[in-house]
Amino acid sequence: MASVTTLAAVGEVGKGFIHERTSETLPCQSTGKLFCFDWAKENIGRYGTPALQHLELVGLAVLFGFTIAFTLAVLAHRRRWLRSPLLAATGVLYTIPSVAFFFLLLPLTGRGVDTAVIALTAFNLQVIYRNTIVGLSNVPSPVKEAAKGIGQTDRQILWRVELPLATREIIAGLRIATVSTVAIATLAVFAGGGGLGAPILQGGIDFKTNIIIAGGIAILMALAFDLILLTIQRLATPWERAAGG
Amino acid sequence: MTALILPWLPLGSIQGAIEFIFEAQPSNVTGGKLVGGLDQTLELALTQLEVTVFALALSLLLALPAGLYLGHKGVGELLAVGLGNAGRAIPELALIAFMAAVIGVGTVNLTIALAVLGIPPILTNAFVGIRQVDRAPVEAARGIGMTEREILFKVEVPLAIPTLMAGIRLATIAIVATATIAPLAGVLTLGDYIINENVYGENGVVAGAIVVALMALALELGLAALQRRLTSKGLKLSPA
Repeated sequence: MASVTTLAAVGEVGKGFIHERTSETLPCQSTGKLFCFDWAKENIGRYGTPALQHLELVGLAVLFGFTIAFTLAVLAHRRRWLRSPLLAATGVLYTIPSVAFFFLLLPLTGRGVDTAVIALTAFNLQVIYRNTIVGLSNVPSPVKEAAKGIGQTDRQILWRVELPLATREIIAGLRIATVSTVAIATLAVFAGGGGLGAPILQGGIDFKTNIIIAGGIAILMALAFDLILLTIQRLATPWERAAGG
Repeated sequence: MTALILPWLPLGSIQGAIEFIFEAQPSNVTGGKLVGGLDQTLELALTQLEVTVFALALSLLLALPAGLYLGHKGVGELLAVGLGNAGRAIPELALIAFMAAVIGVGTVNLTIALAVLGIPPILTNAFVGIRQVDRAPVEAARGIGMTEREILFKVEVPLAIPTLMAGIRLATIAIVATATIAPLAGVLTLGDYIINENVYGENGVVAGAIVVALMALALELGLAALQRRLTSKGLKLSPA
């Protein structure tokens, strides 16, 4: 039901959205101040649910995006003819603006978290796919020859030699995809998917404090994801620290 | 095959949306006044294209010279690359709402807000593109007495075209996508069809999505074609 009320708010968006709000008037809203600390202190709890929804959207989209793009990349690594068509296909999905994607899906999946997650996943694929392919291609052939020489099968070479050596590049792609998805997910509210875009849309553009808090949480969330993934990359590739000094 | 796909595809709503693009229809809330149709669709599409082109031009004007200069000098890596990374974290909806709140609504202000999204990828890719150019041809150019300006524009820029253009394409996609929510900042783009469902109905929403998607793909294809024309023959011969 939450999506229905959100969309009622979306429906009001138009010329009236800028000048007047019919919903509850908040004490800080029309003061013209850039940031009301008192209001922020009292109302920060309002952002808990949108932030959790945002986390869910990003988490699911990145999880699905990684699973699909990684599988496609490993497949295309073995079957070279697949590379260009898959790059083009993920490129098309990347290029279609998310807001448009939500509503292209409307006749198929309706509104809600599902639609938002599908569009955000589609947006993710290209970066993860491309970085995985590049990472796998950059593995020096002498290393692969050596692996073959000691009797490793293709599967073993992939999992024990190529993927570990491509980890840095793969996680770099994952970082770009995750940070971009956190930012883009503010638009999920248009699809009825909630998230940190919801308070921004409901508060309107006169309510600066609200925009700064919701936008600020999104930026911090992106930063946190980036640091976590960077840490994972460091832990997963200890040899790079040893070699790079 | 078609028997499998056809019942699943919502052909009715797609057909309705396509009709909406070309032919005005009565709206639920405007008292029978006609909405949609080719005239309005073209007008909204032109506005979206216009703000996209202006915002892209502004980002190019600000970011390209800076990126080329820093790349050529080899200084400011932290700024150029850090800005690119930070730029990705900017939440689009918050940016448009915040800029509308602080600098105001309207086309000029919207253009500035959208340019904020275009600057990071252009700056970063210009810097990285120039830095990655093989040092040997640069030294050779210096050896035959080219000035620094000549080295930059006759050697480094041509060799960096693929990376430079990749940055411009990323910027364009981000700008045209975000221009869709421009109605929030008082500029009516195709997003008006999408955001104001109570005026345009579901046909209007899907119609808006179709035209926005086509516009983004057309821009991307156009820039890809431009990139192929700008890339020197020598670069195309070498394995990518």
